[in-house]
Order: sequence, then structure tokens, then C-alpha cells
Amino acid sequence: MVKVGEFWNYLKNRDYRFFSGVPCSLLANILEYAFKDQEIRYVPAVRENAALGIASGAYLAGRKSGILIQNSGLGNIVNALTSFNLIYKIPVLMFITWRGYLGKDAPEHLIMGEKMVDLLNILKIPNVVLSEKFTKDIAQAIEWMEIDRIPAAVIIQKGVIG
Amino acid sequence: MKRIEVIKKIIKHLSDEDIAIFTTGMISREAFSIKDRRANFYMIGSMGLVSSVGLGMALNTLRKVVIFDGDGSALMDLGTLGMIGTEVPSNLIHIVLDNESYQSTGGQPTISKMIDLSSVAKAVGYKWTIKMTKKAELSKLPIFLKKGGPGFMLIKVERKGIEEIPRILHNPERLTERIREVLIS
Repeated sequence: MVKVGEFWNYLKNRDYRFFSGVPCSLLANILEYAFKDQEIRYVPAVRENAALGIASGAYLAGRKSGILIQNSGLGNIVNALTSFNLIYKIPVLMFITWRGYLGKDAPEHLIMGEKMVDLLNILKIPNVVLSEKFTKDIAQAIEWMEIDRIPAAVIIQKGVIG
Repeated sequence: MKRIEVIKKIIKHLSDEDIAIFTTGMISREAFSIKDRRANFYMIGSMGLVSSVGLGMALNTLRKVVIFDGDGSALMDLGTLGMIGTEVPSNLIHIVLDNESYQSTGGQPTISKMIDLSSVAKAVGYKWTIKMTKKAELSKLPIFLKKGGPGFMLIKVERKGIEEIPRILHNPERLTERIREVLIS
């Protein structure tokens, strides 16, 4: 299991200290840490597209930025991605949880759980599932963003970060 | 009041340092046709998103950020007003140019005739709000543009915009590069 402090330390070392997002139960410990750590600026958003908007505005002002959202919220950011970030070339590091993984979850999560990776691929959003080798995975996402200047997704499964 | 005249008057009172960010559709195009400032950022799509992008900018710069929103766009992401009210960026001014219609798509009515957006802004925590409905009131613009924020201006404008206004000539990627050059310098 990846320790939540190590997860955040790596992001801070890579200069990712500005985040926005909408909570998910799979993000609870990650967000709890972010709220307590004075070096991390986390702006609570009311909807996922607003989180992406805030992170994008931060990038325009010269700050590296990310969002933390549930995969249900991927549906809420599709237009922001297609008519803003992807065409304006605005990279944002997107941590997206994987509710509905392998069909084992509440009914409202099953379709997005099955389709999330396909949806990211259709939109040509590079994506990686966070593993025990989390620094390698996040470094890969950051590299994609630096090359193409578009958002990249790091998918977070239940129990990977504790 | 003609919307393009209102935009022109506001821009006249901004310094070259001030960031102006414009919502999708005719508001961006009218601003572009008035004067293409380097510190202008036009959002050609993603209706509603201008307020959250402006907030993200304002939280990461010392410069003044002036958001030019439309009534349809502000209503689409009304929740963002609450975020501006709670984050209280003192360098942010949010202007809604309210023509009570989706003019870019054929003039269908919005619900802003029934909803006073300046009251909404006040309720969610903007430091000050002002509603302007007559041309003479625009003389107060410089006073409000100098005030600390977050501030909210609701300006009622004529339904119809200018005919045959040109589209933004820069590609979106260039707009990103340009505003970053301005903001990072």
C-alpha cells in the first residue's frame, strides 16, 4: 500500500501543490492529508468542471496544478476537456477514482466503472492506473503532460493509498 | 445600453497589467474587435467555465482579474459564484453582461429576467455587488473597478449585439501561450 504522506511528498517535490476537486470516499485519506498540510493548497469545488476550471486558471498563471475527483465526475468534465483543455493545450494532472471496478459496487457506479478507461481513451487523454510503483506512474503522467501539454489521468483504485 | 459600448468603457479603465477574461460567444468576439490586449484571454467554448478559470487565475496572481461573463454562462455554473464568495480573492471582479437571452444561438430567453444575479452574488459572499441598468450609471465604473474584491457587477444590456462581428483570429493554443507570457513575466 502506498503511504499517503509519500504520495503527497512526491507531488510536492514535483511542484504540484495546487489542487481542486470534489470528494470521493476513495479520496478521503488523501484529502484529509491535503487539508492539514500547509504546503498544499486545496480548493474545494462544487462540481468537477469547476475544479478543472480552477486548476486550468492556475496553470495559466504559471502554477502546476491538479484535480482530485470521482470517476462519476468524469462525465461532468467532458465538455471542459474537449472545448477547453484539449484545444487550448492546458495540462492538468487529474486523479480520478475507480468506483465500479470489475462490476463490484453500487448500481450507480457500474456503467462508468466499466466505461471510464474507454472514455479517457476515446478523448485521447493519456491515463495510467496507480500501482505500488506510484512515483513511476505519476512521473509517466507528468511526462505525457509535458510532451503534449494536455491533461493526463492517474486512476486510483480502492485501497491503493492508505 | 449596447453591450459592446459597455465592454469598451470597462476596458478603458483597466491598466495594461490587468487581466481580462471573456466568456464564450459574442462577448469574446466583441472584446476582440474593440482592442486585442495581450492581457485579454478569450474562451471560445466551454460555456460557464470562465468564472472558475478566472478564480484559478486570481488565486495565483497578484494582478487584478476581471471576468466578463454572460447571463447564460453565469447561470450555467452558478455554483462557482459560491466558490468565489468563499475563496474571497481580493483581486477578482466578476462582471455579468446580462441581455436576458442566449443571443449567440438565436435569442432564446434565459431565466435571468426573473433572477437578480447581483442578489445571488451578495448572498454567496461577494464583498460588494452593484446592478446597473442605465447608461448614466456607467460613470460609477472607475470607482468600482478600483475596489478590492471579490466584487460583482450586473450590467443590463440590450438584447441584440453587433452584427457581423469577426471571430477570434488567434488559435486557442496561442491564447494560452500569450496569457502565460503575460502572467509569468
